Amino acid sequence: MTQAVQPAPAPAPPEPGHAQAGRRSVGKRFFGRPEVGSLMGAVAVFVMFFVIAEPFRHAASLSTVLYASSTIGIVTVGVALLMIGGEFDLSAGVAVTTSALTAAMFAFEFTTNVWVGIVVALALSLGIGMFNGYVLIRTRLPSFLVMLSTFLMLQGLNLAVTKLVSGGVATDSIADMDGFDSARAVFASALTIGAVSVKVTVFWWLAFVAIATWVLLRTKVGNWIFAVGGQADSARAVGVPVKRTKIGLFMTVGFTAWFAGMHKLFAFNTVQSGEGVGQELIFIAAAVIGGCLLTGGYGSAVGAAIGAFIFGMTGQGIVYAGWNPDWFMFFIGATLLAATLLNLWVRNRAARR
Amino acid sequence: MTNADDRVPVVELEGIGKHYGNIRALHDVSLAVHEARVTCILGDNGAGKSTLIKIVSGLHGYDDGTYRVDGEPVRFASPRDALDRGIATVYQDLAVVPLMPVWRNFFLGSERTTGHWPLRRLDVRGMRATADAELRKMGIHLPDIDQPIGTLSGGQRQCVAIARAIYFGARVLILDEPTAALGVKQSGVVLKYVAAAREAGLGVIFITHNPHHAFLVGDHFAVLKHGEVELDAARDALTLDELTLHMAGGAELETLKHELERVDSPGLGALPQPSGTA
Repeated sequence: MTQAVQPAPAPAPPEPGHAQAGRRSVGKRFFGRPEVGSLMGAVAVFVMFFVIAEPFRHAASLSTVLYASSTIGIVTVGVALLMIGGEFDLSAGVAVTTSALTAAMFAFEFTTNVWVGIVVALALSLGIGMFNGYVLIRTRLPSFLVMLSTFLMLQGLNLAVTKLVSGGVATDSIADMDGFDSARAVFASALTIGAVSVKVTVFWWLAFVAIATWVLLRTKVGNWIFAVGGQADSARAVGVPVKRTKIGLFMTVGFTAWFAGMHKLFAFNTVQSGEGVGQELIFIAAAVIGGCLLTGGYGSAVGAAIGAFIFGMTGQGIVYAGWNPDWFMFFIGATLLAATLLNLWVRNRAARR
Repeated sequence: MTNADDRVPVVELEGIGKHYGNIRALHDVSLAVHEARVTCILGDNGAGKSTLIKIVSGLHGYDDGTYRVDGEPVRFASPRDALDRGIATVYQDLAVVPLMPVWRNFFLGSERTTGHWPLRRLDVRGMRATADAELRKMGIHLPDIDQPIGTLSGGQRQCVAIARAIYFGARVLILDEPTAALGVKQSGVVLKYVAAAREAGLGVIFITHNPHHAFLVGDHFAVLKHGEVELDAARDALTLDELTLHMAGGAELETLKHELERVDSPGLGALPQPSGTA
């Protein structure tokens, strides 16, 4: 079970009579980590479906589960970082659709190479993130209110603008346009490993999680993210650029939403304008299951990835077990509650010294 | 103790005045802070302590008088300017981020990095070792440098903030009511580190309204009242009782005592007799 413990730098050379440089025991350190609760949950869910659903045991099923997890997990990386930074974003679900719609409609209406649409969508997604962050910081309103507004506005814009431009509720297919194949290779292809086909989003997801983990634990910016989420005033007093950090985090969510939107677009060639509503709560739930504190200052990208994995497993596992998929949301809710309680319990135990 | 008063003070205020509109917050305040000395500033709420601190720490400007650092007149535009001249302030409630490990708090805002972009990363090993060594130098013994700083006691947290200020080159340390929210034992811990900072050669400005705490560590005392310096005395020219009396308002307290004695409060019986001035 020690693989979840971060590679620890060697402690300072110990001096006789001083235990100060020493670290807590391996067990205590392990249970003190934010991912522990979600890891235990993931193992439990995995074992459950492994036992009751025969198709779940095949390697191809694991690939499907990972794919489902990655579509949730990519945005969850951004949402988790933002949550550690003390804010949360309700608009991430519809922002995915906004990004996909923008790329599709821009490329189609102006008959450009699809990559132009992709870049325009990226600019828009980063812009939305910047807008969210800027409004939040200028007004000092709670993030719930600002994000609820953005969520509703984007939801309306998605439907209204799509109808205005394409006359329907979905964009026209862009499958025969210039650049489609190369874009599809980047955002929605599959790689064959052994006999199993694995979707490229799985690798992107793992890469984003690795980068986010490195940034959080090993860079200045990561230190600042924890600080602005934990106690913004103290951070400001010692010279941390609080505003820039928070706006950057909102833009990171914009980036991940853009990436997920591009995947959606190039996997299905077309986008439904009403999609994405409700997804934002899935992202937030995955981050919370992964040990991110809603109040900020604590959490991890790896935990958030495990949270997304639990959702992927549950969604597919229910199908493999032959249950009615209507149970999905119930399981998600129950998992969230159980994981939150488990996290609380683990943290209280770890804090006791 | 050597005669520090002959040397140029690190921080010197001369005839400082500050107005907020029509309100006179400070008038003709003079103060000298020397290396390796603890200067205590006492005063009731509203006496002008916070205004004085904000001027010294660079948060506010001043209207009259001269503010000198190393004998050179200065006007700070921001706390960063003051920090660059080695004047650091430890605020009571803004010291640390509770959920972060001790060493991350120690280096927050001044993180050390190694390597080149895009692989520029925190020098975790160096920072942990340095934080550990610096805290040990201050006599702070922690079982684990990785524990969240929120698990430390209030006094220990203040001490980490003090050690941090010293490490990052502070020559003058301003402590804003460091013992106000602490219990007796915790206050004792903080006072020990105030003394340690002095031993390390820093000039300390210790703001408090507790004359007992001030007298335990102070070398020089200034009592502010209505924005003016009411008392400015070295330790050997003063007793604790005199300081307490000044702090409590001196003559005003006597008057109040007489007034209170005349008050009849039927429900509560006679008021308890104040037992001396301490």
